[in-house]
Amino acid sequence: MHVNFIKYKWLYFGISLLVLIPGVFSLIKYGLRLSITYLLRFKQLDKDQNEKFKSALGKDVVEKRFESVGPVVGAEMAKKALLAVILASLAIILYIAWSFRQIPRPYSPWKFGISAVVALLHDALVVLGLFSLFGHFYQVEIDALFVTALLTVIGFSVHDTIVVFDRVRENLPKMYNKPFPEIVDFSLTETLVRSLNTSLTVILTLTALLLFGGETIRWFVVALLVGIVSGTYSSIFNAAPLLVLWESRKK
Amino acid sequence: MRSYIIILTVILLAVVLNLPSQYRPFYRDLSLKLGLDLSGGVHLVYQADTSALPDSDRAAAVEATRTNIERRVNSLGVSEPIIQTSKVGSDYRLIVELAGITDINQAISLIGQTAQLEFRATQVATPSSAADFTSIGLTGRDLRLAQVQFNGGKIAGQPVVSLEFSSEGAKKFADITSKSIGQPLAIFLDDRLVTAPTVQSVISDGRAVISGNFTPDEAKKLVIQLNAGALPIPIHIIEQRNIGATLGVESIHKSLVAAAVGLVVIWLFMIVNYGLKGFLADLALVVYILIFLALIKLIPITLTLAGIAGFILSIGMAVDANILIFERMKEELRWGRPLKAAVELGFHRAWTSVRDSNASSLITAGLIFWFGTGSVRGFALTLAVGILVSLFTSITVTRTLLRLIYAR
Repeated sequence: MHVNFIKYKWLYFGISLLVLIPGVFSLIKYGLRLSITYLLRFKQLDKDQNEKFKSALGKDVVEKRFESVGPVVGAEMAKKALLAVILASLAIILYIAWSFRQIPRPYSPWKFGISAVVALLHDALVVLGLFSLFGHFYQVEIDALFVTALLTVIGFSVHDTIVVFDRVRENLPKMYNKPFPEIVDFSLTETLVRSLNTSLTVILTLTALLLFGGETIRWFVVALLVGIVSGTYSSIFNAAPLLVLWESRKK
Repeated sequence: MRSYIIILTVILLAVVLNLPSQYRPFYRDLSLKLGLDLSGGVHLVYQADTSALPDSDRAAAVEATRTNIERRVNSLGVSEPIIQTSKVGSDYRLIVELAGITDINQAISLIGQTAQLEFRATQVATPSSAADFTSIGLTGRDLRLAQVQFNGGKIAGQPVVSLEFSSEGAKKFADITSKSIGQPLAIFLDDRLVTAPTVQSVISDGRAVISGNFTPDEAKKLVIQLNAGALPIPIHIIEQRNIGATLGVESIHKSLVAAAVGLVVIWLFMIVNYGLKGFLADLALVVYILIFLALIKLIPITLTLAGIAGFILSIGMAVDANILIFERMKEELRWGRPLKAAVELGFHRAWTSVRDSNASSLITAGLIFWFGTGSVRGFALTLAVGILVSLFTSITVTRTLLRLIYAR
């Protein structure tokens, strides 16, 4: 008894594309609103201007936060973040390939690793795209915290995918006479509740942070929330179907 | 039996470490270190303009500037200032973090000044204060470089400080030394006396040696101070973040509320879904929080707003392993295993998924640490500590509790 997930794989990919396309379009057209572009537009609101601004508001004003990040720092950050994502992806492919090295032939441990990372990149792109749109429409800016959120999402996305893949790994020898899509469907059905529950506990704590955690980290939490929801979706509806598509092709 | 002892010891240790210091049997400062965003203060990044100096002198000049900034900041009475140098590509940066400072502009203008090194002579036979010395027109501009040397002195191996003057400086220095043999020649940095060696002979080649009973450390310290004046480098702010102290207090308060709400929700979630097992996982979660806080204080990890967010996030992630294990137990029961066997098999068979999923999270935490700076690193460290501690509590602690109940 199992739910027939894989049958509708094109529908899932379609939904992913529907979410990804506007984001990627926005990324290409508007890019990301790094916290520096703000400063560039205002010729980098400097110390003196900041002082004048404060005195214009009157003496009762207590300065809560004043940030000024030069363009050099912002560009460095973006470069580093990209490098971190690439390295994280490679490290995870290697780890999964190693951990799944004993699966029976002709299944390839590399395909498990790469499918997981494709899902991971999907999640990173969803978050990036959404924040590009947020930046364009709501002036939300990207800072070092955002990069941190992005990398955390990447870690968690694989977390979920592995729960499913681990079960596929266990079921492969048990169900050796069954076709691969059925094995994956079976595994997905068996692990569905725990996939949802592990994500739910994180979503619950993040919601608490979003509601009570204060202004400063609000967008950081939003980035995490979006990423984790996307991560749960992509583990079930992207990583697993992708693996099926790839492993079934040669037969 | 062994696991009971380990768990009880760890819990006891964690509890003791979390006690206020007056109730602890030993003393060590274990207060939480708060980052700038929680304590309020200013974070400054300076770009050092070393373009006027040859490559070989740049690192020494930046180090001299750093020490100089440190001295000035200390004069402001800032507690635990952080002043670091970093090299990005071929650029040198100075990162200054001043916690709890109120007059930020005063601090900035003080830090931004270039160091003033000046040689001063005296007419007084036995000078007793700085006022006894007067300027003689020889400044840091005339000094090219100061270095520690180990073979320039009278005793072999004894460190001395060598001074190298510019050609113009050498002329002035020759003139001064010829007039003041046997008298002290004082060196002032920002109007503070650094040292006052006695002139032994006329020096006309612009190469002087200050000998004394220096330890290598003392000689090095003196060189750094002299170089602050000899190699003055302009610095300018490329990044500034001011965080008001009230915002910090507000943030802590709000985060605590969020943590409490998050915790209660997770507690309920586990009990509703897994009953008694869930309650045991909740107990393990309390142990998790105790150990986590103790480690944060012990390592110590500077707690930032992102770090707190990471901690709250980790409360949600800490029960993940429990969920994987309990779901497995349900399955084993459904497949007809007796209860006791199902409990053991749940832990045993869920292990590969718990291991692999946590390993991938650790890999990314490692990379965030590797690439991040400052508060981002704090977050990565918090995340990694959280993952490791949660593996202990959600597996070892929960299993021991479950065995206690289901074994009989």
